[in-house]
Amino acid sequence: MAARVEAIVAKFDGDKGQLVSILQDIQEEHRYLPREALEKASQLLNIPLSQIYSVATFFRAFSLEPRGRHLIKVCLGTACHVRGANRILERAALDLGIEAGQTTSDMAFTLETVNCVGCCALGPVVVVDDTTLGQMTTDKVVPMLERYRQ
Amino acid sequence: MRVKATTGLINSRQGLEDLRRSLTAGRDPNKTCIAICTGTGCHAYDCMGLVAAFREEIGRQQLGDRVDVTATGCRGFCERGALLTIYPQGIFYQRVKSEDVKEVIAETVLQGKVIDRLVYADPHSKEHFVHQEDVPFYRKQQRLLLGNNNRIDPTSIEDYIRIGGYAALGKALFEMSPEQIIDEVKESGLRGRGGGGFPTGRKWESTRHAEGQPKYVICNCDEGDPGAYMDRSLMEGNPHSVLEGMVIGAYAIGSESGYVYVRHEYPLAVANVTKAIRQAEEHGLLGENILGSGFSLKVKVSRGGGAFICGESTALMASLEGRVGEPRAKYVHTSEKGLYGKPSNLNNVETWANVPLIINNGSGWYSQIGTAGSKGTKIFSLVGKVNNTGLVEVPMGTTLREIIYGIGGGIRGDKRFKSVQTGGPSGGFIPESMLDLPVDFDELTKVGSMMGSGGMIVMDEDNCMVDMARYFLKFLEEESCGKCLPCREGIKRMLQILTDITRGRGRDEDMALLERLSGNLVDASLCALGGTAANPILTTIQYYRDEYVAHIRDKRCPAGVCKELISYFIIDEKCPGCGLCVKACPKEAITFVAKKKPVLLDQERCIKCGACRDICKLGAVGVK
Repeated sequence: MAARVEAIVAKFDGDKGQLVSILQDIQEEHRYLPREALEKASQLLNIPLSQIYSVATFFRAFSLEPRGRHLIKVCLGTACHVRGANRILERAALDLGIEAGQTTSDMAFTLETVNCVGCCALGPVVVVDDTTLGQMTTDKVVPMLERYRQ
Repeated sequence: MRVKATTGLINSRQGLEDLRRSLTAGRDPNKTCIAICTGTGCHAYDCMGLVAAFREEIGRQQLGDRVDVTATGCRGFCERGALLTIYPQGIFYQRVKSEDVKEVIAETVLQGKVIDRLVYADPHSKEHFVHQEDVPFYRKQQRLLLGNNNRIDPTSIEDYIRIGGYAALGKALFEMSPEQIIDEVKESGLRGRGGGGFPTGRKWESTRHAEGQPKYVICNCDEGDPGAYMDRSLMEGNPHSVLEGMVIGAYAIGSESGYVYVRHEYPLAVANVTKAIRQAEEHGLLGENILGSGFSLKVKVSRGGGAFICGESTALMASLEGRVGEPRAKYVHTSEKGLYGKPSNLNNVETWANVPLIINNGSGWYSQIGTAGSKGTKIFSLVGKVNNTGLVEVPMGTTLREIIYGIGGGIRGDKRFKSVQTGGPSGGFIPESMLDLPVDFDELTKVGSMMGSGGMIVMDEDNCMVDMARYFLKFLEEESCGKCLPCREGIKRMLQILTDITRGRGRDEDMALLERLSGNLVDASLCALGGTAANPILTTIQYYRDEYVAHIRDKRCPAGVCKELISYFIIDEKCPGCGLCVKACPKEAITFVAKKKPVLLDQERCIKCGACRDICKLGAVGVK
């Protein structure tokens, strides 16, 4: 892990200003921000761990907890909201038995919300991993989860 | 459409023009080109599968030397994706699927026949439109910024140069002094497209005159406004136009260092702008000694972390420094002390993209477009309960009615228009009586809303205005950075009151209390997030007072949205007992009786999730 953090920090020339991008890249590898990786980054960038922690907890893109194999992001942007995004979220939460922000006990799914992914014409939108699913309805939620469950 | 030409470092303006000539000459204008929209909207319709299918079929039939396939940026008509145009005839197909590929090649590409099924047909008049420019959605627009998305592959700098790209940069560097550029931009009347509407030329001028080195130019692509995605489409579909504007601006300001701040939710925009920067550097259009002029500019890409507040200039700059994105009081402007305490000029994506147009065509041309106080075009993201959702670019001053009905094709289904919301969480709700309002910076402010970045969310009779106000306050509560008390605590209390109202616990005095708290928030907040947070509440109370009264006094949600105040019921005469809703219900609250007999709904078990109403196509599930 330490070597990968070194490579990421080197990619940004050790520029402290690129902390957010560096954390993004670390998270891309682990799907969350493991403490050891943050400690290593703190040491390499010469930024106090407390400051890295404050940045990592300020931005909603970051997670300090391990996330499930599939990340379900329900868009709650305005365009999605007016077309019933909340009901999509409730249905997913009901089926997975977790609330937004939680991970299922088998580590299969993490359910999150996002405030607009910029596909507003297709609302309501759900993003599963890197796939954007548009024009969602409540009856599409369970079959969608089934597809990723295998 | 891609042409191989001798490219590499260009070290003079003449060299750029030579390259452009060779790119144009090396291209047969009559060669068939299938240009497929690969904007993010079309990705959801599997446009990449479509591109692959076309390439495969063309390879299989060995048509490669007769037909090109280009993956272009967003065309804006996202409602009808996946979209493609076949050049040189300009045949426009919509809702194209991979299964259609063979037919398109056999019929249209090889025989020139139009496939009726794939042509846009107006849902009202049933009229068919073969060419994109004739489709009502496009016909009434003036696509100065978005238009080029059709014509180029955003990952090819050659495509951009071929259609005239970087000509404005050549003109600016070799024919104009920095002061002349600033004057030109000032005279054009260009105002910031990110929301504030501050005159761009004046901002550049104050950064140029500010003391301190280095100076920075920053492109704000942290498009956090929920419901707006025009910056995304420009950055994904034509990143060089934004970069060209930035280089011109940096030259005028005297800056050699720039940043593009993109929100991480836009991975394609990050990829395309990163690639564009590399290509521009390789061509001598960015980096050291641009076009041999002696001027240099280095641009870096920085990703946001999903915080709405980082669209605010001082918060964005804090984030660029690797700190928490909290804003600061702006008694000293960022043009004097911004990034790392140095003079910094921040403009929005769309603002930067306007700059090459102004330099190429002159301020006289530009200032003829629009209204007295707002010049040029504006891109709106027309979304919500409207037929033709998508990105719409119109001259400033176009009326809401023209945008929503003329271009947007009116309201979906046979529902009644209720409201249009502009300006994102800082904006307000505009009622039907004001649909003839010409849209520009000043007119929208007068009615209590604002331009914002250009989100335009249309709502119909099924949307509850109290719920909408609550939605925005909930959004702002989550996104408030917490630095200043009026915003952190004020929004929380106002959200509490609104939540109470939507749950049937509203009190008569609540509306007055909300208005009073709104005043405090406007007066005492540190930045615009808190300063404008009251707009959704104030405009809904002003224009939709009766809905508040219904919630508070009658404990009723007229639109049928607020869960605690509604119940679902089966409309017996419409229900054929098909049982679809029985299967859809997650709580077994609906019981099948017999074929052709209406089903039974158990109110005790019903969790009001709406699954039954969604699945029933006969409208047999009502809500009251």
